Amino acid sequence: MSKILVIAEHLDGKLNSATARVVSAAAAVGGDAIDVLVLGDAPDAIAAEAAKIEGVSRVLTVTRAENAHMLAATAAPQIAKAAEGYSHVFGPSTTTGKDLMPRVAALLGVAQVSDVMTVESSHVFTRPIYAGNAIVTVEAPTDHTVVATIRSASWKAADNGDSAAPVEALTLDIELPAHTRFVELKQDKSDRPDLQSAPRVVSGGRGVGSKENFDIIYKLADKLNAAVGASRAAVDAGYVPNDMQVGQTGKIIAPELYMAFGISGAIQHLTGIKDAGTIVAINKDADAPIFEIADIGLVGDLFKIIPEIEAALG
Amino acid sequence: MKILVGYKRVVDYNVRVQVKPDGSGVATDGVKLSANPFDDIALEEALRLREKGVAEEVVIVGIGPADLTAHLRNGLAMGANRAIHVTTDGAPQPLTAARTFLKLIEKESPDLVILGKQAIDDDANQTGQMLAALWGRPQATFASELAIADGKATVTREVDAGLETIEAELPAVITTDLRLNEPRFIKLPDIMKAKSKPIDVIEFDSLGVDSGDHLKTANYAPPPKRSKGEMVEDAAGLVAALKQKGLL
Repeated sequence: MSKILVIAEHLDGKLNSATARVVSAAAAVGGDAIDVLVLGDAPDAIAAEAAKIEGVSRVLTVTRAENAHMLAATAAPQIAKAAEGYSHVFGPSTTTGKDLMPRVAALLGVAQVSDVMTVESSHVFTRPIYAGNAIVTVEAPTDHTVVATIRSASWKAADNGDSAAPVEALTLDIELPAHTRFVELKQDKSDRPDLQSAPRVVSGGRGVGSKENFDIIYKLADKLNAAVGASRAAVDAGYVPNDMQVGQTGKIIAPELYMAFGISGAIQHLTGIKDAGTIVAINKDADAPIFEIADIGLVGDLFKIIPEIEAALG
Repeated sequence: MKILVGYKRVVDYNVRVQVKPDGSGVATDGVKLSANPFDDIALEEALRLREKGVAEEVVIVGIGPADLTAHLRNGLAMGANRAIHVTTDGAPQPLTAARTFLKLIEKESPDLVILGKQAIDDDANQTGQMLAALWGRPQATFASELAIADGKATVTREVDAGLETIEAELPAVITTDLRLNEPRFIKLPDIMKAKSKPIDVIEFDSLGVDSGDHLKTANYAPPPKRSKGEMVEDAAGLVAALKQKGLL
């Protein structure tokens, strides 16, 4: 039977919502147990959050100074060791999970399934290839541990349950390499909703024209309580920082409402928004490819239309 | 110092691939093939390190069928010193690719391996991390800035939360993100020069790589189609349509 180990993702002492999405995918596999592994230098508060997620059987914590920052070189050997006895090891398809999980898979000598969209059975999954232009069904060998990353946009976060799962401290007796060191993390602090979990996203592209002009996008987003995204063109032009990029090489999101202003809709951008509930496109060019996938389209100048939208919202 | 660069050939990023009607794969006959964009960035970075005097030799590695030679010549024309072509009929999965690179590392003893962060065909984003694990060396994935000094690489990484900087002792594996650099164009005289640069051809089977433990692909399907949308005339129409859908 299946026994699944879910790798928790956390930052600044808080559990990331991607973890509850991975638990949903683990629940779809079914089986005997879903354990969450929290690596940290002070994991207790994070473990308490993870314990509340519906469907979690146990939370395991590993407390080590080396776990102050999630470096793949030090985290992967611990996860590979903790994975003994588990049929599946799942992590989120975030930058942290993408960095870490293939290293775990290689230490275990197994292939990895990246970006799981659906679980067909305990060893059969679907995943996107070619920037989401094809979906493949892949089968992992049944005689090995399945290592996979779970595509956040395809899974709803598991809710919190009525009771908390037990938390157990785990001691892993292994030497960790010292060849990789954390230096710093520069975060763009923002009070706006998180791009990857927000129900509404307002996004701007090259058509916005400048860094200063992006204020009009932020203003509308604030009015709608939406997160702000951007196309690669807007990031490359320096209008916004790169962690706002939506697309194959940026973030893949699935908000209920996605509003694209001045974004033509290159294949790599569309990959990032294909699973959005409703896509709205506002563009001057009536032939822009984004209109092919938009649920609601409006041809016109965004600088004229945004104030009109704000006025209509009252 | 010597740098190994992974140089995969993929369907060109501008091509919108089509799934074959029988679900056996995607149609690649007659489709334009190009260097994986992230690999061009990897090669560019290696060439810049050589131009700065940090590296002496840049070796590109391709794994694939016999006709991969022309693709490797492009990398040589861009400036690589030489190429290694591991010949095999199929497209190796990331674990096999990583195991193959490890065999080449044993022969070549590079100080740095630079790969793209992902190939735009399988979108796996695994090979670099797997190689670093098998090699027992540091990895710095999604690099957008790289500095080499005193036997270590200082790498700025593009992560969801922002920009993370780490230090990795050499030898190490680095995977490139889009913003690391702008790859150079190939000039005509360099294409002529590249013809005389060496390409070592190695039979995949001669390397003794274990190519087991793999995923089986059962079926290819097109993504679910979104239903045709509507066009509205003005902002008022847009707001009304969103309200009707219960989104505002």
